Amino acid sequence: MPHNVLMHEEQDDVAVAVVDLKPGDQASAVTLEGKPVGTVKVLESVPLGHKIAMRPMAEGHKVIKYRRPIGKASRAIAAGAHVHTHNLKTLRW
Amino acid sequence: MKPEEMKLLGYRRENGRYGVRNHVIILPVDDISNAAAEGVAKLIRGTMALPHPYGRLQFGEDLELTLRTLEGTGRNPNVAAVVVICIEPNWAKRVADAIAETGKPVAAFSIERQGDLRTIEAAARKAKEFVQWAGELQREPFPVKDLWMSTKCGESDTTSGLGANPTVGRVFERLAAAGATLMFGETTEVTGGEDIIMEQCANPQVAADFKRVFDDYQALIKSQGVDLLGSQPTEGNIRGGLTTIDEKAMGNIQKMGRCIVQSVLGPAVEPKGPGLHFMDSSSAAAEMVTLCAAAGSVVHYFPTGQGNVIGNPIIPVIKLCANPLTVETMSEHIDVDLTGLLRVEINLDQAADKAMDVLHHTINGRLTAAEALRHDEFVLTKLYRSA
Repeated sequence: MPHNVLMHEEQDDVAVAVVDLKPGDQASAVTLEGKPVGTVKVLESVPLGHKIAMRPMAEGHKVIKYRRPIGKASRAIAAGAHVHTHNLKTLRW
Repeated sequence: MKPEEMKLLGYRRENGRYGVRNHVIILPVDDISNAAAEGVAKLIRGTMALPHPYGRLQFGEDLELTLRTLEGTGRNPNVAAVVVICIEPNWAKRVADAIAETGKPVAAFSIERQGDLRTIEAAARKAKEFVQWAGELQREPFPVKDLWMSTKCGESDTTSGLGANPTVGRVFERLAAAGATLMFGETTEVTGGEDIIMEQCANPQVAADFKRVFDDYQALIKSQGVDLLGSQPTEGNIRGGLTTIDEKAMGNIQKMGRCIVQSVLGPAVEPKGPGLHFMDSSSAAAEMVTLCAAAGSVVHYFPTGQGNVIGNPIIPVIKLCANPLTVETMSEHIDVDLTGLLRVEINLDQAADKAMDVLHHTINGRLTAAEALRHDEFVLTKLYRSA
């Protein structure tokens, strides 16, 4: 199966959808170099360009992308969930 | 692709800099001179007026920035000759004198005690002379070390950080190694990646200069009693999947690649040496590109995710995009299609080759999408209200 999500770094918590993902799909992640990282079952619709959780995260967890925290989980996030403004907040303002 | 393999052709200006376009511009110093400037440009084929809304009753740093931007625009090597028009003679002379330092032809006209019509006639006669002279100038080969260029991204999304921005970073690494002069900036938009920029500064002084302009802007935001939630990320960013400023910043700074930051420039200030320079600037697209052009950049890389359509009147703005939806729905705006990166069909080095090929053709005269579509956004940065 070709990949449908991309990860900046293997250690990241989230991947970016490169097509629209539907609930029930299998999200198959590779790095930009094409290295397979893993799969999760898609729980909800994730539009092209949006993020999907590659592992479950507790509320308050610092969400890692680019191997760095890009914010913290404002509620618990299940693997395969859409990660966006409803469950991820900046560490800044 | 090595930068040295690009056979660059440009217009050698009197001060030794190379331009990649050959504009004759009609430059109003203030808002009320726009009508006369546009009148001249309508009369004389091959000239271009640059109307704008400011220039009256400004003071202090705000006035200096407006004048420096106008002067820098006239000084830019993409401009062959300049007609300056102003309501008052002394301001016209100040701007014309700063442009004349480059050695290029410049003439100043003022409207008081003449009226628009007599001013337009005199300025049009000079503009006709300039445009006929400039038409005979020929392109000649120039080395990559004489190339000055800039970058700023816009309507970014997650594909910017995955594709278009790191492609610019890879090209900038190659150009910096070849001795080109490069600029980036966007002071608020690097919030969340400022430590990485500091680590890439050439020495502790440059890092301290960067920290100062970064902290100044954060203090300005605080002094207004606001935060940038709602502005940063923008609605377009969020629609494209970016959630936080930290995430957006990490995508943004991919444009610098592993280049060393040689200095921190004030807005519209010319860099003093080769390599990458950080310009203290707004992240608003047209303001930032106008400032880069005023600092001497002759061509601009503009990576986009959701599809910013910006251009500039004097420098070609090259759009790079990795988002397949944007490339499909806004194809007329995109110069470099990088969707192959998302499909993992090409790697970053191949993407950089593609971007350099378009850069090469653009420098040598091919119009960008924004040029063909008449995107001539010329936007001055206003620091505070006028007197």
